[in-house]
Amino acid sequence: MTVQHTIDYTLHLADNALVLGHRNSEWTGHGPILEQDIALSNIALDLIGQARYLYQYAARLMTMQGGPEVTEDVLAYLRDSWDYRNCLLVEQANGDWGKTVLRQFFFSAYQYFFYRELQHSRDAELSAIAEKALKEVTYHLRWSSEWVIRLGDGTEESHARMEKALDQLWMYTGELFQPAGFEQALAPGGIAVDLGEIKPLWELRVGEVLKEATLTTPGSMMQQGGKQGKHTEHLGYLLAEMQFLQRAYPGNEW
Amino acid sequence: MMTDASSTIFQDKIDQDIRIEPKDWMPDAYRKTLIRQISQHAHSEIVGMLPEANWITRAPSLRRKATLIAKVQDEAGHGLYLYSAAETLGISREEMIDQLHSGKAKYSSIFNYPTLTWADMGAIGWLVDGAAIMNQVPLCRASYGPYARAMVRICKEESFHQRQGFEILLTLSRGSEAQRRMCQDAIDRWWWPSVMMFGPNDDASPHTAQSMQWKIKRFTNDELRQRFVDICAEQVKLLGMTIPDDQLRWNEERQHYDFGPIDWEEFRNVINGNGPCNKERLAARVQAHEDGAWVREAALAHAEKKIQYGKTA
Ligand SMILES: [Fe+2]
Ligand SMILES: [Fe+2]
Repeated sequence: MTVQHTIDYTLHLADNALVLGHRNSEWTGHGPILEQDIALSNIALDLIGQARYLYQYAARLMTMQGGPEVTEDVLAYLRDSWDYRNCLLVEQANGDWGKTVLRQFFFSAYQYFFYRELQHSRDAELSAIAEKALKEVTYHLRWSSEWVIRLGDGTEESHARMEKALDQLWMYTGELFQPAGFEQALAPGGIAVDLGEIKPLWELRVGEVLKEATLTTPGSMMQQGGKQGKHTEHLGYLLAEMQFLQRAYPGNEW
Repeated sequence: MMTDASSTIFQDKIDQDIRIEPKDWMPDAYRKTLIRQISQHAHSEIVGMLPEANWITRAPSLRRKATLIAKVQDEAGHGLYLYSAAETLGISREEMIDQLHSGKAKYSSIFNYPTLTWADMGAIGWLVDGAAIMNQVPLCRASYGPYARAMVRICKEESFHQRQGFEILLTLSRGSEAQRRMCQDAIDRWWWPSVMMFGPNDDASPHTAQSMQWKIKRFTNDELRQRFVDICAEQVKLLGMTIPDDQLRWNEERQHYDFGPIDWEEFRNVINGNGPCNKERLAARVQAHEDGAWVREAALAHAEKKIQYGKTA
């Protein structure tokens, strides 16, 4: 276990939060109901807020390592996709409102059990971030569960759309619980969350909500690679857009 | 006779600065004027989300990204307060939104201009939110209670937006040559449309006198415009930028800035649907509404099912 593992781990968590926050913010101004436009923008803000704390922490660790001065923005805006460590789930395109809320639900259910454990991390900084984030995620989970149920058990059309979304997203859920090298290295030190422990909790919760939503999970093969920097085609476009100004005008203050 | 007595009581209340509340008697024309004005204002908040949302995914730092999302979200909140205020006058949000989508209701023309660079986020905050504040602060004392109260909440947030916008420009003005160019270019493009936000000159503004008598309006368009120009002409110096008006100069006698003529031809064109983004903005709103139809239907269907489940359980 080295500081580098903690840095990779923290970046992985930050990338997850930023990429999903960014995706959600694509909805701002275009939501199906004004109140829900506000709600999803709120979730975007929470996730970007979490990402910032995590990047700031990673930047401090990196600077302590004796590397060049790093900031949250250097980490978010100047790394290419092969350095991004987010799970494939969060980078998937928004699709319709159903796909967006289902993606949020899968991720919030994961983040909920994840942060609950990370609160007890022996890394004081990660534990403090987790404690704060858990309050936000508790709401995200409730909000997204309600939407999955509402749309799954709504009209014929909404049900069909949710089945389609499930078919598109389910294959990216397995990766959430596949430990990467840096997680395995951190496991004995009590810093990282034991993914094997939270997996059954996630399965139980997801199973309950999908059942109430009258949806059934497809048996698709699981995809992975995000944690190792091998992404789907979507991330490149997301980063190209997000990083445009920093790349076009290097070294400027904004 | 009843109406005569009621209308005397109504105008007495107005004259004594007593707020009119939803259950109070009010003249039809007063109600109509308010519905038109408040719904138009609500639509402006909602359509106004689009030009700024255009830069959320390209915001240049995490802090800027978060603040911009929060700002656009505030505008959605303003829309909500205002739709609610208008609903107290007996019109539903659906009706108002239909009127927006059909083109029957207007929204502020300023949002029919494109946001081409990041500096536009600064210029909109400084100039557009700035002009909005100038228009809206007096509305906090408007005679209709729900409208006035909504405006108090809104104005607090708008002044925050304005400061943020100015700060974006200030950062750019102290930055690289490209950033300074971006800054000036945005001011050049947003200045005149912002000056037009105050509406036609007083002699061409038919509703002003009645609205002032009803205390929906407290100052004329030209009074507010002059105040805006005076403030901006000073603030632009802090940026080391210029306002695109070669006739702008301090008039010692008037104790105001003189400024050049407004291109009312352009103003009318944009109002009449021929601005650079009229079609796109409206299409984006209609699209969001249509794409959301199945979501709203499903939510309704599910809510009904839950009542049914409750009955059979
Ligand atoms: Fe606003
Ligand atoms: Fe604003």
